[in-house]
Amino acid sequence: MSTLVLLGVVLVLAVMAYVVCRQRALASVAGDVRSLHSLPSAYGWHGALMVLLPALVVLAGWLIAQPIVIERSVSSLLPASVQADATQSDIALIDVRRVAEGLDIAVSRGLIDELGPDGRGIDPATLRDALAGVGVALGGDVSVETLAAAQKYRTSAAWGLVARTIATLLVAVIGFALAVMMTNKDFRARNRVEGVILGLLILCSSVAVLTTVGIIYSMLSETFSFFAIYPFSDFLFGLTWSPNFRGNSEFGLIPLVWGTLYITLISMIVAVPLGLFSAIYLAEYATPRTRNVVKPLIEVIAGIPTVVFGLFALVTVGPFLRDWIAQPLGLGDSGSSVMTAGLVIGILNIPFVSSLSDDIINAVPQSMRDGSYGLGATKSETIRQVVLPAALPGIVGAILMAGSRAIGETMIVSMGAGAAAQMNLNPFEAMTTMTVKIVGQLTGDTDFASPETLVAFALGMTLFVITLGLNILALYVVRKYREQYE
Amino acid sequence: MTDLPADMSTGRAGSILVPSRLMTRRNATEWRFRMYGVCAIAVSLSVLAIMLWTIFADGISSFRQTSVTFPVLLDAETLDPDGNRDRAEMTGVTTIGYGKVIDRAFLSLLTSEGIAVEGLSDKDARGILSKEAAGQLRARVLADPAIVGQTINMTLWTNARIDGYYKGRVTMETAVRDGNVSPEQLQLADLLQERGILSMPFNWEFLTGPDASDQRPEAAGLGISIIGSIYMMIIVALLCVPIGVAASIYLEEFAPKNRWTDLIEVNISNLAAVPSIVYGILGLAVFINFAELPQSSSLVGALVLTLMTLPTIIIATRASIRAVPPSIRDAALGVGASKMQTVMHHVLPLAMPGILTGAILGLATALGETAPLLLIGMVAFVDNFPAVAASGVLEPATALPVQVYGWAQRSDPAFIERSSGAIIVLLFFLVIMNAVAIILRRRFERRW
Repeated sequence: MSTLVLLGVVLVLAVMAYVVCRQRALASVAGDVRSLHSLPSAYGWHGALMVLLPALVVLAGWLIAQPIVIERSVSSLLPASVQADATQSDIALIDVRRVAEGLDIAVSRGLIDELGPDGRGIDPATLRDALAGVGVALGGDVSVETLAAAQKYRTSAAWGLVARTIATLLVAVIGFALAVMMTNKDFRARNRVEGVILGLLILCSSVAVLTTVGIIYSMLSETFSFFAIYPFSDFLFGLTWSPNFRGNSEFGLIPLVWGTLYITLISMIVAVPLGLFSAIYLAEYATPRTRNVVKPLIEVIAGIPTVVFGLFALVTVGPFLRDWIAQPLGLGDSGSSVMTAGLVIGILNIPFVSSLSDDIINAVPQSMRDGSYGLGATKSETIRQVVLPAALPGIVGAILMAGSRAIGETMIVSMGAGAAAQMNLNPFEAMTTMTVKIVGQLTGDTDFASPETLVAFALGMTLFVITLGLNILALYVVRKYREQYE
Repeated sequence: MTDLPADMSTGRAGSILVPSRLMTRRNATEWRFRMYGVCAIAVSLSVLAIMLWTIFADGISSFRQTSVTFPVLLDAETLDPDGNRDRAEMTGVTTIGYGKVIDRAFLSLLTSEGIAVEGLSDKDARGILSKEAAGQLRARVLADPAIVGQTINMTLWTNARIDGYYKGRVTMETAVRDGNVSPEQLQLADLLQERGILSMPFNWEFLTGPDASDQRPEAAGLGISIIGSIYMMIIVALLCVPIGVAASIYLEEFAPKNRWTDLIEVNISNLAAVPSIVYGILGLAVFINFAELPQSSSLVGALVLTLMTLPTIIIATRASIRAVPPSIRDAALGVGASKMQTVMHHVLPLAMPGILTGAILGLATALGETAPLLLIGMVAFVDNFPAVAASGVLEPATALPVQVYGWAQRSDPAFIERSSGAIIVLLFFLVIMNAVAIILRRRFERRW
């Protein structure tokens, strides 16, 4: 039975359990709901959950475990020389799986006779062509061992499918029976159902933690395997970035960090004044009507996907800067440059700076402003000498968050900043960032044994640590500030 | 107020009614400071306007495609040598065979219309048609083999340069220098246009067709990426909303104050700020390398986007659960509801509009996200439509924003038009999602 059908059957059983348990609960009190411990539907839900949960757990566990178990037993059939080497046996297993899949298709279409033309099984020599006929292309001819392994794979998979169906249905039926037996008027169905639901809620809220664990684990393990191949100090302090898929690569982090920070700096020079002055105007000067129109309009910028900004950088901003500023001033003739990417990221960050600062400025107590006006200060003097100093920690937090976004931004830099890893002071030169290089190293074919792929994980780890640090710092600063006025 | 004496306007020094020099300066500073704010807003909004305008100006033309309509005699001997009108046999005829049929029909059209351009060879004349034209004809014939042997009116694309001529990318001057198009070809196109043979109809294929190779931008369509995006949004919604709501309910209503829940809280606020590309690395390492799910499938894309969107949705949901006043909970508990019943029967329904709004906005962010999808291989060239069935989520697909990026990376300027057109489609979906969110908020959100 396919997984979907099996799921359907289990669901039907669950619905039946709901109806039966509810009926049984009502029957146990002869229809007098008042003497039941819980509402009738609680008994129903208890029955449904008793069927669903154990069956789903068994099914999911089986789906995960079966391929691992089968692969282990199949790989014992491969030649000892292949088994010894992890990479080779991985490749061999992929072959085995492809052959098995191809055989399944070919046999089901009747193209290959299971017993072979002479009754002694399939001939490995002709198998490659036969499988190519059903759309399964193989890299080489099928060896005898591979064929044997593939046959074993098929029988185990077929057996596993039957066993999985039986096990799942058995658990579901046992759950059904238990639920029905438990159901009587004194059974605390509601408490049990609520306990289960609470457990599910806790499980869901743990997904966030699991994600973090996943991020850290996946990056840490690959980063460690990278540093096993490539020296740590060369990565951290190297001045050259020249990956080469034929070997002899140099992975110096410094040029990438330089490009990243330069672009971030330019973007902050754009975003901070524009965002801050917008926020000040909106919070202190604008009439409610202006505010209601302008604030959502500025936030539209935050809703536009970054790839749109990337195309804007590539098609409009880059050529404009090149033709009107860089070339007349003799500063270079590259369309993609630090300036292009920095300006566009700056624009992207305006709404972040402005809406965060807006909230913070609004949180400054009115009494402080009134005090300042009472002393005869003008509005701008009040803002500059009272409101802004009071809001400063919060604004610093907002700026740090915007900075961390600029560092982690990917699409705008990959479309607007170029790919040349170099250290240069000229902002009209193409430079590159950590994110661009992560995309560059991981797009296309990835080989998890080569340093050219693994370096991306080290870069990702660096990026993660930097942005996380900035965010924690920002949260700390903001929280510290909030305590002052609450 | 009494009227001021006349001599007050000339003023005495030191009067409060006469601005002193210091006061004038302070007022000027005040005005300047205010203007800084106005300028900042004006600059931000005008850059936004310029950006949207350039993209619309570049992209809107991709919805129209220059095409030539002329009668084509479907020669039975070339297209169906066996004469059985059997679809399976006819798939044996490749586009080369169809190309010959088109060549003959097009050249006889030129003769019958009396169109001749000096210095234009037959091969170049035929060259104004798209390389995809033979494929278009083949698809039409295979869809209905009975038409073989008849003469039908076909609307076929011209190549991207001729298309660009009518969209302003190519002019007679640039054509002289361009190896792919000659001024004679453009003259031929103009003659065809005068006779109403060449026109620019609405380009449905742009919305429904698959991507095309570098040499034929005129055939590139968004079909697969729209399907991929829709698949991903469905899975993200199915995973993200229940998990996000469940997590928020627990954290907001049940969680005791202890280390574990503190850890979860800090985690969620930090995850919301992790750069999206890091999620791509996670997806590559965990879903593709470890769990061995198929690369560039919409399932993996959706899982990555789910993890990325989850913190945003949790934060929005918690805010709307918190906005339900405690009196509602107290009343429910007071009449004997259990804690779970209070939440499920009262708090959750009241918080629903806010939750849905947050969920839709979260989905909108996920729809526009590109970087993590690049890492899990969705940037690969895909020209087979994924199946409509559930297994389709395991097949290679691409997504709208990734298609924008993919086209922007290609060298032919015609792809920039396509890329901008794809952005228009993407923004169209985003505007709809945001509009729904705003309507939900306006109509159903309660203020206590």
